[in-house]
Amino acid sequence: MALDRWIALIFVTFCCVYGYAAFFTMDQLLPPFMQRNPVWPSTFPKMLAVLGVGVGMIVLLGIEKRVGGDAEPSATDINYRRLREYKVGQALALLGLMVAYALMLRPAGFLIATTVFLAGGSAILGERKFHVMIPVAVLATGFVWYLVQEVLGIFLRPFPFFMGT
Amino acid sequence: MLEGIMIGLGAAFSIQNILMVVAGCLIGTFIGMLPGLGPMSIIAIMIPVAITLGDPAAALILLAGVYYGAIFGGSTSSILLNAPGVAGTVATSFDGYPMARKGQAGKALTIAAVASFAGGTIGAILLVIFAPVLSSVALRFHSAEYFALMVVGLSAIAAFAGTGQVAKALMMTILGLILATVGEGALFSMPRFTMGLLDLQSGISFITLAMAMFALPEALFLVLNPMRGASGDGASNKITNLRFSREEGKAMIPVIGRQSIQGFFIGVLPGAGATIASFLGYAVERNIAKGDEQAEFGKGSVKGLAAPETANNAACTGSFVPLLTLGIPGSGTTAILLGALIALNVTPGPRLMIDTPEIFWAVIISMFIGNLVLLILNLPLIPYIAKILAIPRNYLIPFILFFTLMGAYIGQNNATELLMLVGLGVMATIFRFADYPLAPLLIGFILGTMLEDNFARSMQLYRGLDFIIERPMTLGLLVIALVLVLLPSYRARRARKRAEGVADGD
Repeated sequence: MALDRWIALIFVTFCCVYGYAAFFTMDQLLPPFMQRNPVWPSTFPKMLAVLGVGVGMIVLLGIEKRVGGDAEPSATDINYRRLREYKVGQALALLGLMVAYALMLRPAGFLIATTVFLAGGSAILGERKFHVMIPVAVLATGFVWYLVQEVLGIFLRPFPFFMGT
Repeated sequence: MLEGIMIGLGAAFSIQNILMVVAGCLIGTFIGMLPGLGPMSIIAIMIPVAITLGDPAAALILLAGVYYGAIFGGSTSSILLNAPGVAGTVATSFDGYPMARKGQAGKALTIAAVASFAGGTIGAILLVIFAPVLSSVALRFHSAEYFALMVVGLSAIAAFAGTGQVAKALMMTILGLILATVGEGALFSMPRFTMGLLDLQSGISFITLAMAMFALPEALFLVLNPMRGASGDGASNKITNLRFSREEGKAMIPVIGRQSIQGFFIGVLPGAGATIASFLGYAVERNIAKGDEQAEFGKGSVKGLAAPETANNAACTGSFVPLLTLGIPGSGTTAILLGALIALNVTPGPRLMIDTPEIFWAVIISMFIGNLVLLILNLPLIPYIAKILAIPRNYLIPFILFFTLMGAYIGQNNATELLMLVGLGVMATIFRFADYPLAPLLIGFILGTMLEDNFARSMQLYRGLDFIIERPMTLGLLVIALVLVLLPSYRARRARKRAEGVADGD
């Protein structure tokens, strides 16, 4: 089964769970005065769940035929069938770095977290000129912090949590 | 209307707002040139900055400037590198890149800038004419019509997704609508689908979603496939003579005239937008060109370059019509602009022109200024701005990812938002791999709340679904929506049957 139909299958399952929540769990919490309304908080989600299952099934069963979809994609197009030729490791490492950045931003402070993120990102992509990479990361971090904090007035804690605000 | 234009002129020509246009155009061009960051991502990144300005007119002017600049920047990388940063400028590379390879990169950029200027300016004139007319019609709409109109908009966006893609686009739209139901809505003031998580109480942030849908997958694709965004041999990077001849100028005039009007009206249609306008513009001009001129298309034709450039800029301006007059975005970019306006407590729609004429007209006037800025300021600066293309990807990609993270973080000041961004970004990347269009998801998400509000209001007013039958216009619009969704598959089916018939006949 092609990837798009797997996604449709997951979507249909998701709509069933969403629909279950809308049909069977939401209305019990409804205050009595709202029950006389023609529209409930669950009305729209119920409609969406039914529509979602319907449309998802159309994709899943391949009812709508693709015309001219078999053309060979160019080298710059993205195609999951050529995933093995791609640099999946680098992409996953960068995603991991983003998650680490999200978790470290508050405890480590903006300056340290961002410098590590920028330098680490370059290193993951294969950059080995550390004497260029680290100063660039430090300068860029300082510049962005100044711009956001001082010019735009949005607070970004610069230092780690143990060094106060 | 004249009074409104005067107010708009006063607001747009304030020093602050002129600076906003100039800054917006420059930033847009600068970032738009980078492969991987289209106008949607750039605008999403700029929204927190715009919101901090506090003044809705200045914010919208800045964002509109960024939008124009990004399209222009996309054209530049199409011409110089054959690597369009934006789908709307793919057609520009058909003739722009061959021209640059002949050593005429400077001329190609000038033609692109002049065509963009003309397309944008004529589009803005058409906007001045049509927006007030549509606004006055839209003032008669009730919530039932608004509900139906939004359904038409969402259906049209799905219908324009391409043959065989309508069901997928509809699926994405519904997913967007479902995501919009998460959190505490204003209408019922009770949390829905938050799974007990406090972070979901206020719903999913649209900036996070926009970043996750567009900026993050593009950046990941640049990592996955280094070929992407690096095509071209770089030989065309030398920008020398910026002038074009008088004959070439004469040849461009009719093309610009035709494509401004065609592009504008395509832009007005929900879901069509700059990409379809530029491809159609290119195709139309190639078909009506004669003999040698037609043979020149694809090899560096002036007309072939001017047509998509004019059309995509006119379409960008056209896409503001439904946003400003109906409050309904017709494209991903205008959907993000709508989100920004809502964050600034401005509700676009027919009342925008009456209640806050200074915003409405200042935005339109700033479109003229923006086009002028692109022509007289950006064009001479292009050789310098283009240096950004020389930044190695090892440095560029971490910065793109960092700006994506910052865009999501600054808006909410919440680190959980970043985890959500990564999760949604991975989901969007998988969708892109499977050829699912992502703009319908974002538009569905942004329209979701309004769609439900208008639906609920109509239901309450008519005590049920009677509003569909009792209001002929609502019924008419819903029928149009149904036809829009069914028409592509009907036509595809007929074409298939005809093809089978021919095969049988053999």
